[in-house]
Amino acid sequence: MCKRLLLVGMLALAATFLFPGVRGAAAVPTIRIGINAPLTGDIPKVGEGTKYAAQMWLEDINAAGGLDVGGKKFKVELIIEDNESKAESAVTVATKLITEDEVLAIIGPQASKQAVPAGEVANNYKTPMISPWSTNPDTTKDRPYVFRGCFLDPFQGPVAANFIKDEFGFKKAAVLYDVASDYPKGLAEFFKKAWEEINGPGSVVAFESFTTKDVDFSSQLTKIIQSGADVLFTPQYYNEVALIVQQAHQLGWDKPIVGSDSWGSAETVKLCGKDCYGLFFSTHYAAAGATGATKEFIDRYNAKYGYVPDDVGALTWDSMRILQQAIQDTGGLSGDVKKDRQAVRDALAKIKNFEGITGKMTFTEDGDPIKCAVIVRISDKGEFEFYKSVCP
Amino acid sequence: MAVFLQNLINALQWGSFYALIALGYSMVYSILMLFNFAHGDIFMVGAYIGFGVSTALVALTAMGAFALPNWLILVLTILFSMFLTSFVGMIVERVGYRPLRDAPRASAAITGLMIGIILETGNLALLGAQRISFPPLIRTATYDLGGVYVTNKKIMIVVVSLGLALALHQFIRRTRWGMAIRAMAFDYVVVPLMGVPLNKMAALTFGLGSALAAAAGILFGVAYPVLDPYMGILIGWKAFVAAILGGRGSILGATLAGFLMGFIEIFVAMVFPSTLRDLIAYSIILLILVFRPHGFFGEPYSARLRL
Repeated sequence: MCKRLLLVGMLALAATFLFPGVRGAAAVPTIRIGINAPLTGDIPKVGEGTKYAAQMWLEDINAAGGLDVGGKKFKVELIIEDNESKAESAVTVATKLITEDEVLAIIGPQASKQAVPAGEVANNYKTPMISPWSTNPDTTKDRPYVFRGCFLDPFQGPVAANFIKDEFGFKKAAVLYDVASDYPKGLAEFFKKAWEEINGPGSVVAFESFTTKDVDFSSQLTKIIQSGADVLFTPQYYNEVALIVQQAHQLGWDKPIVGSDSWGSAETVKLCGKDCYGLFFSTHYAAAGATGATKEFIDRYNAKYGYVPDDVGALTWDSMRILQQAIQDTGGLSGDVKKDRQAVRDALAKIKNFEGITGKMTFTEDGDPIKCAVIVRISDKGEFEFYKSVCP
Repeated sequence: MAVFLQNLINALQWGSFYALIALGYSMVYSILMLFNFAHGDIFMVGAYIGFGVSTALVALTAMGAFALPNWLILVLTILFSMFLTSFVGMIVERVGYRPLRDAPRASAAITGLMIGIILETGNLALLGAQRISFPPLIRTATYDLGGVYVTNKKIMIVVVSLGLALALHQFIRRTRWGMAIRAMAFDYVVVPLMGVPLNKMAALTFGLGSALAAAAGILFGVAYPVLDPYMGILIGWKAFVAAILGGRGSILGATLAGFLMGFIEIFVAMVFPSTLRDLIAYSIILLILVFRPHGFFGEPYSARLRL
């Protein structure tokens, strides 16, 4: 009897150390959510959007006095960590959030370069992770604990290819992409495949690459111009978009340049200027001309932070709300973080027809949502204008 | 042929940056027998100072304090920033190198790396991680010369870099200071005993090298108007390769090697798939060094500054 008591006591003590989330059950129980964001490094604007959207969500929760799960109010704590836009750091951050901070779930990383390796960690530790923005298939593939808030590149590639075909009727395309980054590389290949299915083999007349941190693309662009391509597809991040578009124009390229959802940052037009006006890209949502809940979100964000949120902000917002719904759908948390993670994961997989501000979502087996893409035109005022919608 | 000429122009622009930055490495090496590994980051600081100076000048012009045409603002930006950045270089020398002059070689070599990291993260703390867009001071004018496209910016970049390299060459050959640098490069143990102040000469070389890096930074901002705190690392390393390739301590060598590196990178991407660009480009450079281990203008067992 005495021994048993001791054992129970020791277990309780161990539990207190192991699961700080449960510590002090007398106080308000806390749910910890990890945010794995690129606050510094190559794409800091993406990290900023992630942080702001997540904090806006937390405000709502706090205003309601906490998160209501199965009739019990929980305090929510966000643990925002910087992954420096590096794959290694994203893995470190994910591991720290799971093992040290004992988070219930993780939102992020955003870019596929970080989301693919971080997803591996989350899946191994059986912790639900939602990447709002990563479109590379490998992020969620064979990983039951990893989800995403956006469509995939195998969908986006054909969207861009079909759009160019329908809009311009071109037959020859060129591609310029970063071979050292998962997202552009994956999307460039999906675009090539889709384009060659439509226009026949060899219709991608130039398939040129560079590596991250390169700033001079003159040699590749000269090759692309010589190849006789009608259109340039470049699925790059905003800092490179500015350089590629400007250099292309300086080398005499006056044909269309089409991009992908990585263009949809508030920084793109700021860095690129007039050179980017009139160009098209495929993305998750268009800020100009939004209605309903989407407009409400945009106005609130704009009033608070002083600029129109880009797709990352909107997708992070949706991902936070999907997670919120999943936590609430569990019907109650046990306090045992391992059990709760499993419950949240199961609830996430069951979500159907979620009304997000970036469209309606239903998760597939792989944890990928089925949703529509939007083609955006950069207007002559530098705004992202809705052009057309493409659904699967 | 048009493709060849186009790439020739591309390579001239790209090589200009390597050449200007490589000169700074070479200058410091000729005096102190050390490579200043913070040089790539001084280039970055120069670009940011240029951004600050030009933004201030543009704002003052807009406020009506004085009316300057944009090209004059650019010239003033380059001059002011070269002046200011040369002090950054001198401070780096005073803080990071002078106290360690008699320290083991390895310690003195890593101070540069540390100062580089301090400059990068200091900038990150000061201005944040956002990319900064360099103000477009001059309008881009594109000229079509029979299928070969040249912009006014490209011409300016190449002319200014060559001009600065030539000015440095003249300075070292024709002035007393230059003579002192040459003497010091010949023997930095005995020459100070003859009354040439080593500390002043070291500060001078750091200052000159940094001024050139600042010019490179501003021209870089004109050509690739997206600045970030880590922009100096990769180009710094590659320019370092150019400095070695040119022959350590050689002004002419560093300039030529800088342009050569630009040519190799651009033309490899022209002939081979661009994915293999750096692989092939740097294999070629490795091969050159295997056959000329002292670079083009370097001599064995001597760090003598050659002109």
